[in-house]
Amino acid sequence: MNCIIIDDEATARAIISQLCTNIPSLNILEEFPNAIQAIKFLNQNHVDLIFLDIHMPDFTGFDFIQTLKNPPKIILTTSDANFAIEAFEYDCIVDYLVKPIALPRFEKAIQKAEATASDTIKSNEPTTALETASGNDLYINIDRRLIKLDIPSIYLIEAKGDYINVKTEDKNYTVHSTLKKIEEKLPDSLFLKVHRSYIINIKKIIDIEDNSVLIKKDVIPVSRSNRPELMKRLNLL
Amino acid sequence: MIEQPNLSYINTLSGGDEAFKAKMITIIKNEFPIEKEIYYKNIEAENFKESAENVHKIKHKISILGLEKSYKVADDFENNLKEGSIIGKEEFDAILQLITDFLKTL
Repeated sequence: MNCIIIDDEATARAIISQLCTNIPSLNILEEFPNAIQAIKFLNQNHVDLIFLDIHMPDFTGFDFIQTLKNPPKIILTTSDANFAIEAFEYDCIVDYLVKPIALPRFEKAIQKAEATASDTIKSNEPTTALETASGNDLYINIDRRLIKLDIPSIYLIEAKGDYINVKTEDKNYTVHSTLKKIEEKLPDSLFLKVHRSYIINIKKIIDIEDNSVLIKKDVIPVSRSNRPELMKRLNLL
Repeated sequence: MIEQPNLSYINTLSGGDEAFKAKMITIIKNEFPIEKEIYYKNIEAENFKESAENVHKIKHKISILGLEKSYKVADDFENNLKEGSIIGKEEFDAILQLITDFLKTL
């Protein structure tokens, strides 16, 4: 099984790596000090099993799992036994190891991983913090919670580095994702990318000037290349 | 009697692999002072939530070094910090010193 280790503690990564040397069927591909780096790796590599720490700064193990559309098998590693109940709410989690991990317990966890069905992640399947849209709903991952958004209520999406700001009639949300990913989840009939950093809901436009649109109180730039498509989509008199 | 740190877990894990043992000791000697310093900064600034996270990380090293009773002390202190209390700080700081002194002997 191809494995990766995600733990912000170098000591913990070294221990798991050493434990893996006792099991010939395990092939460690990479070790990561944080989950964000691992997401990028999972997008490009075939991974069967992840050793995942729960307690990590900024982005916890559970946050990480929720970003995976088709997670591989996961063995949680933690110093805290209190998360066990939450852990088993996830089908992908095959075992839960409390540190310090002893070899016999580790071997048992690997046996469990090998025994479970081989619904492994494919290397080219992207991971995302955005769950599949169904009808008018879009689920976004915020602080371990999947929050349902009513798609027509979204009026603006703005790119901010590795994050996007999703603005709705009621509330604004910051999500770890990209404009490209959310664009794929939204209906073309309602949404249009008008600039490399902005997607707008064309039904929410108040007015349009030369190279900008007014949506709610936001003035959004329209790039020259996207303007013809925007004009085509409007019901012009 | 105060319990003393030991390398029993690392020895068992190494299975006689001296290179691994040396690597582990190097990693711990590098990582522990950094974790300790971050903890001291956070506790001094009364960032109790962050301090609790720091204690949580350090707990792993406490257990690796075979300090079972100290692990319980650290666990209680972590829970107190989560509640905004520093009860148990002196005992925890003593454990940090104990480990610091032990690592100097390696």
